[in-house]
Amino acid sequence: MTLFEAIILTIITASTPLLIAAIGELVVERAGVLNLGVEGMMVIGAAAGIAAAITTGSSSFGVLVAVLAGMALSLVFAALVLGLAANQVAAGLALAILGLGLSGVIGAPFVGVQRAGIGKIEIPWLSEIPFLGPLLFRQDPFVYASIALVVAVWWFLTKSRAGLVLRAVGENHAAAHALGYPVRRIRLLAILFGGGCAGLAGAYMSLVYTPFWTSGMTAGRGWIALAIVVFASWLPFRAMLGAYLFGALTILQLHAQSAGVPLPSQFLAALPYLITILVLVLIMRARRGGAAGPASLGVPFVPDR
Amino acid sequence: MKLVMEKRSETPISLMLISPMIAVALTMISAAIMFALLGKDPVAALQTYFLDPLSDSWGLQEVAVKATPLVLIAVGLAVCYRAKVWNIGAEGQFLFGAMAGGYVAIITHGSTQGPWLLPVMLLMGAMAGACFALIPALLRTRFGANEILTSLMLVYVAELLLDYLVRGPWRDPAGFNMPNSVMFEPEATLPLLMAGGRLNIGTPIMIAVVLGFMLLMGRTLKGFEIRLVGEAPRAARFAGFSETGLVITVFMISGALAGLAGVLEAAGTVKQLQPGISPGYGFTAIIVAFLGRLNPIGCLFAGIFIAITFIGGENAQIMLRLPLDATRVLQGLLLFFVLVCDSLLLYRFRLLRGAAA
Repeated sequence: MTLFEAIILTIITASTPLLIAAIGELVVERAGVLNLGVEGMMVIGAAAGIAAAITTGSSSFGVLVAVLAGMALSLVFAALVLGLAANQVAAGLALAILGLGLSGVIGAPFVGVQRAGIGKIEIPWLSEIPFLGPLLFRQDPFVYASIALVVAVWWFLTKSRAGLVLRAVGENHAAAHALGYPVRRIRLLAILFGGGCAGLAGAYMSLVYTPFWTSGMTAGRGWIALAIVVFASWLPFRAMLGAYLFGALTILQLHAQSAGVPLPSQFLAALPYLITILVLVLIMRARRGGAAGPASLGVPFVPDR
Repeated sequence: MKLVMEKRSETPISLMLISPMIAVALTMISAAIMFALLGKDPVAALQTYFLDPLSDSWGLQEVAVKATPLVLIAVGLAVCYRAKVWNIGAEGQFLFGAMAGGYVAIITHGSTQGPWLLPVMLLMGAMAGACFALIPALLRTRFGANEILTSLMLVYVAELLLDYLVRGPWRDPAGFNMPNSVMFEPEATLPLLMAGGRLNIGTPIMIAVVLGFMLLMGRTLKGFEIRLVGEAPRAARFAGFSETGLVITVFMISGALAGLAGVLEAAGTVKQLQPGISPGYGFTAIIVAFLGRLNPIGCLFAGIFIAITFIGGENAQIMLRLPLDATRVLQGLLLFFVLVCDSLLLYRFRLLRGAAA
């Protein structure tokens, strides 16, 4: 394998958790709910996933538990913002803080336990194609799942009737309610989907990316996923582009460090965050006057009788 | 049967006072359940968490020392959140303040200075915090970039910058390669209130700030403007208040207070610069601001309460072997219950029987 191929492979692994978390949040935001707690749901998925995997010895059980843990935490958020019409920004922050704390408590007994990561799936024959084969057809299951998720979400949002209803709820919840659509039930399902995706992204972090647990191991990736959704203008394929751009950045920054670029490592490590800010600014500049996300995003909804 | 929510036209004052206490009570109940699940005696754990820090003079001083940065930051954040401006990067502004104030202490190290040194440090810290907070403010007003994300990203940048400085240019040459700066000269540290204690003049400064902001928010036109923009943005626009100016003002206020808290912490408690200078004060202060109902006096009481859980958490870690993250869980739960109780203030919940609703 050439160095170039190796770099591309690591970029794919670095981008996948960002992509999975971002695509989940994209659906949530399309339904008009802003869940800032992605970081919390992701890290709880990472902790619960590795705890379950180590205890039972089964990676797939770990993944399942991670998804359920993310969904459980998102359910608390849903109860707050849908059931009690609480402020979504504050509820999301609470979720992030709570998730970081709970994950530390859950993960404490598993600090430093090493385990083999989840292996790659080789698609026979196709993976033999030079260069493209290993990149496209010799990946771990999460990578395939993330691509499938993007396509499925794109199809759901643009081609299906249910997706149309979900978007209507996000654009104008009062009108959707007047038409008789169950606004809160639709939003609940969207929030649960987002929680499940964040949990899955967390499982990827602790079961594949760095196959052990350290406290706070998501290191801001949940927040970057939120930025990717804005970057993507709430479009699934652009979210994929965004996730891969950020993944590439993280990896190239690491390679620049090891290649001995005459800059302090902290400056290179700060680059992904600085570029996130830059990209947010550029995207908002380019979009001046244009659409800026679902119209009901972040507005609490209280059904009148 | 159906549960419906109705917006209250007026919230009774008794409910407003009682709701944070309900939130605290619910948090304690959940905490007891969590402790029991972790295999600890819930009563003993609750006592370690919430009562023991208050049982002696050392504990009380420690609570005041921890509450000082929390309250200072929270008062600033409360001003922001009142105006519905979401600065969640106070942690970065805190670190920037500590770095700027610490820089003054480091360059004057080893030479005798006059009494001007400490005021200059505090001023530098507050200004640096305000300038760092200006970045997300300008990015929002000029380009419409989401201030939640930009202010948060800048926290990571500030953390890495501090890490670089104390490992590189500002490292103590006689510090055995440890990542920290020189210890500040006595003139560059905050005077203690009592000999032999831990309490320094940071705490009275914090109380003065709380009183000042009570007057600002309650008695001045600027305070009215901030509250109006948050509660009735359309009315504020008709009244001719500029949103741009307001976003910049509240960001700079909260940045300055966070920066001041940072330099007070550096010069008062830590007495040097090091990467672990803040145990997440900037994030915890978000909880303090909400628990204090975005009101300066409320923030004071909320800050004291959260400080108790910090000290209690440290004690519980040593004596009961509870993980330190349990404190974070408590604080996150507390914010949840505060939001639940807030909804009870805003809405009336009624059960309707039958489909006739």
